[in-house]
Amino acid sequence: MSFTDWLKGREQKARGAADKRAVPDGIWSKCAVCGHIIFQKEILSNYHVCPECGHHFALAPYERISMLLDDGSFTAIDEDLRPQDPLEFDGRKPYRQSLNNAIETTGQREAIVTGFGRIDSHRVAFGVMDFAFIAGSMGSVVGEKVTRLFEAAMAEQTPVITVAGSGGARMQEGMLSLMQMAKTAAAVERHNQAGLLYISIFTNPTSGGVLASFASLADILIAEPKAFVGFAGPRVIEQTLNETLPKGFQTSASMLEHGMIDMIVARSALKNTTAQLIASLGYKERSVV
Amino acid sequence: MSRRFYMDFERPVVELEERLEELKKHPAAHQPDIAKEIKFLEAQMGRLKKRVYSNLTAWQKVQISRHPERPPFSAYLDNIFHDFIELHGDRSFGDDQAIVGGLAKIDGRAVMVVGQEKGRGTHGRLKRNFGMAHPEGYRKAGRLYKLAGKFGLPLVTFIDTPGAYAGIGAEERGQAGAIAECLRTMSSLPVPIVTVNIGEGGSGGALALGVTDRFFMLENAYYSVITPEGCAAILWQEKEKAPEAAEALRLTADQLVQLGIIDGIIPEPLGGAHRDPQTVARQVGDSVIKALGELSPVPAEQLKQARYDRFRRIGVFSEGKESDERANRSNV
Repeated sequence: MSFTDWLKGREQKARGAADKRAVPDGIWSKCAVCGHIIFQKEILSNYHVCPECGHHFALAPYERISMLLDDGSFTAIDEDLRPQDPLEFDGRKPYRQSLNNAIETTGQREAIVTGFGRIDSHRVAFGVMDFAFIAGSMGSVVGEKVTRLFEAAMAEQTPVITVAGSGGARMQEGMLSLMQMAKTAAAVERHNQAGLLYISIFTNPTSGGVLASFASLADILIAEPKAFVGFAGPRVIEQTLNETLPKGFQTSASMLEHGMIDMIVARSALKNTTAQLIASLGYKERSVV
Repeated sequence: MSRRFYMDFERPVVELEERLEELKKHPAAHQPDIAKEIKFLEAQMGRLKKRVYSNLTAWQKVQISRHPERPPFSAYLDNIFHDFIELHGDRSFGDDQAIVGGLAKIDGRAVMVVGQEKGRGTHGRLKRNFGMAHPEGYRKAGRLYKLAGKFGLPLVTFIDTPGAYAGIGAEERGQAGAIAECLRTMSSLPVPIVTVNIGEGGSGGALALGVTDRFFMLENAYYSVITPEGCAAILWQEKEKAPEAAEALRLTADQLVQLGIIDGIIPEPLGGAHRDPQTVARQVGDSVIKALGELSPVPAEQLKQARYDRFRRIGVFSEGKESDERANRSNV
């Protein structure tokens, strides 16, 4: 399997899970990892986690929002930012076409949704990436929305929570994408120097330029169980080394073992854990709420 | 002088050069008719070089940037800087040989200099891991950035890497986090930063030395979000499409000036920097000295704000209702 097939497989899996919302109740579904046949309702009531193997299915942004934020508390910002095709990138498939396909399959305009909401009544700036949108890649729009989120959080003196799911920088916008790494890192650092809390959550998969910029610069790093978390794709490493990689390499468990993240938290416990962290670190004497 | 290594598109130049050398060595070279032939060939040579090297494709430039005889960072360190004191190690794991840094003087001014070193010869290149740093390299760089900030030394960085190393140890020791920390540190460093890309600018591994106030590129250097080969493998699903990917990615110095990503281009002799390393080094030195002169009087807060704004405005997108769309073309 090539790296591309691997990425594609992940994208399809992500899309499959997103589409499940449209599937009527009462239909059986198959876990993509263990093959277990699951009652659709059971997946929904179990935080989109396979009850058999614990596989965390990919979530669409608003599914994540409804699980993590207080009901009805979320208001999106910068929704009208739309990607352009500044390089007129024409690969095997023109960038315009990839964008249109992504917009059609996900119903989103770009690979991230940002805004403000509440977690157990704590007001937070919140961003969630959509891996189903061109592998959750960061181009000009994602970079701009992340930067504005941190700037808005500074103005409001609120913590930031981001949920990452990304293959890295978006190739089709070339160096404009790479520069978003510098731009977002600089915005995170300003928020940091203002003494504000940032919690970053890695979901399956979090890699490349997103992991190597804003997503890694949080005060607290959390990963969902069994998520792929790594800088380089496994195929790239295998090609470099000319050998197969050890089992469990570049997973949230190995990240934890090597001291790279604070904790692994199952989806069902994510809201409580995040709320506890905010209560302990988020406001101090500021007590905005 | 016959070169050991040349690229396919250089073949006519190299062949003619070799013929010229042979003729010149000939015992009868001083005879009028042969001298005339030599003169003729030399004139032809000039025209041929111009034709071959003046309109290089993006892929040909990528090849030149990777030329085994291309001067590495150490050549610039030796030629432009003096009183260099190398500082080693990341204080936690090791001393990465792919990134070299320390205190130095340039034109009498004390600076911190940090650069990616590819090494020379097989042994040298292996020792330097072909300029591909591990996390400890980026952590060493970050440590030296902070040291520069603490003591008010301007920072000069040199980029030349195919990318951050992709390997088991690199991942286990947090390659992504190490790069992210460099971006964070540079973004708020209270001293002037000047960067020169002297060859390969491979993605995040290059950017970790590039959150800067002035960014120069050698004429045949490239700077890209992904290697052309990597891009071809993913988007075309065949590595052989690297030349097409190189074109599509807009990774050459002149294209990056147009995109508003870099500030200036430092010219190279026809054929590449390896044809006249001294002259290229002198021009690189002049650009760095001039930029440092411009940046040094600027107060720290102003420098930091200008650096934030520099990256803040990069990005192309549209905003507003579909009907009255306001496109942010930034510098483009």
